[in-house]
Amino acid sequence: MSLLDYFRTSKGGSASLAKERLQILVAHERSSRNQPSYLPQLQRELLEVIKKYINVDQEAISFNFEQDDNQETLELNIILPDYQAKNS
Amino acid sequence: MARIIVVTSGKGGVGKTTTSAAIAMGLAKKGHKTAVIDFDVGLRNLDLIMGCERRVVYDFVNVINGEASLNQALIRDKHCDLLYILPASQTRDKDSLTQEGVGKILEELSKDFKYIVCDSPAGIEKGAHLAMYFADDAFVVTNPEVSSVRDSDRMLGLLSSKSRRAEQNEEPIKEYLLLSRYAPDRVKLGEMLSVDDVQEILSLHLLGVIPESKSVLNASNSGTPVILDEKSDAGQAYADIVARYLGEDKPHRFIDEKKGLFGKLFGSK
Ligand SMILES: Nc1ncnc2c1ncn2[C@@H]1O[C@H](COP(=O)(O)OP(=O)(O)OP(=O)(O)O)[C@@H](O)[C@H]1O
Ligand SMILES: [Mg+2]
Repeated sequence: MSLLDYFRTSKGGSASLAKERLQILVAHERSSRNQPSYLPQLQRELLEVIKKYINVDQEAISFNFEQDDNQETLELNIILPDYQAKNS
Repeated sequence: MARIIVVTSGKGGVGKTTTSAAIAMGLAKKGHKTAVIDFDVGLRNLDLIMGCERRVVYDFVNVINGEASLNQALIRDKHCDLLYILPASQTRDKDSLTQEGVGKILEELSKDFKYIVCDSPAGIEKGAHLAMYFADDAFVVTNPEVSSVRDSDRMLGLLSSKSRRAEQNEEPIKEYLLLSRYAPDRVKLGEMLSVDDVQEILSLHLLGVIPESKSVLNASNSGTPVILDEKSDAGQAYADIVARYLGEDKPHRFIDEKKGLFGKLFGSK
C-alpha cells in the first residue's frame, strides 16, 4: 500500500452502507415481486383469524412465499407468546 | 428483421438520451442501418442531442395518427447516412401513443433497419412501458447511486413480466448493465458504489462503464453524439459498448482512476 492509499482508505466512505442497504432492499422487493397478488390480503385475514385464538402481535408472525421450478410454498411462522416469555 | 433495443432506467436524468444517441450513432458508423426513436412524448430532447432540432417536421405521433408517412417523419442524420431519427411529439396528450400504433411503426421499420434504438422516458408509466414492450434487448442505464440502482431493479422486474416477450412466453429480453457517470476516484475513496457492488446487487451482465465526463456536456452543447468525440473518455466508453454489443472482445476500461502526476509520484494504483 502506498502512502497515498493510506490517506485515502483512512477516510472511509458511505458506499459500503449504500451497498448493504440496497442488497437487503432489492432482495425484499424481488421476492415480493413474484408473489401472487392475493398474498397481502390473505396475510391480513390470516392474522385476524390467528388473533382470535392467540394473543400475538404483528411481529410474531412472518410469511414467506417461495417459488422454484416445480412448486410454490407459502410458509407461515408464528412465534407463540409463551415461548417468547420463556426466552425473555 | 431488426433488433429492437430499449434504453431504459426507471429513474430520470441518468443518461438514457445521451446513451441512445451515442449507441445509435455507433451502430450506424459500424455499417448497420439504424433508427433511433424518442419515446419521451411531451419532452422531446433526442433531436437536440442529435443536433437535428431544426429539421423536425413530423413526429412519432403524426405517423401513428396517419398524418405523415414514416419516410416523411424520419430525419436522416447529418454525420451518418445510415442513421435516422424519429422525434417525439411535443403534444401534452399522453394517450397519443398506443400499443397498436407503436407496434405497427416498429414492424414497418423492422423491414428496412438493422437496429431500432428506443429512448425511453423516465418513470414506469405508459411511455416507458411502450418503449420497452417490443424490445429484444434492454440497455439498463444506471448511476452508482442508491435510488438509481433500486429503480433499475424495478425496471428489470417489468422487463421480465410486462413485455411482449414475457406475455407471449418467448425467450426473455436480454438485459445489459450500462453503468454511467462513474467516478473512479470517488469509488476509491469509498464514497461511491463500485462496478462490482452494482453488478453484485443487480446481477446483470455489464456491457460497459461510462465515466463522469465533461465531454458529455460539450457534446450536447453542440448537438453531436459524444461517441463522435473519439478522443474523449465517454466517447471511447460508448464505442467500446457498441463493439462489445456486436460481439467484439474489448476489455473494460474507465473503471480505475487515471494516474495523475501526483498519483504516479506516490505510486498509487
Ligand atoms: N457520463 C456523463 N458525464 C457527465 N454528465 C453526463 C453523463 N451522462 C449524462 N450526463 C448529463 O446528465 C444529464 C441527463 O442526461 P440525459 O438527458 O441523457 O438523461 P436521461 O436519462 O435521458 O434523462 P430523462 O430521464 O430526463 O430523459 C445531462 O445534462 C447530461 O449532459
Ligand atoms: Mg431522456
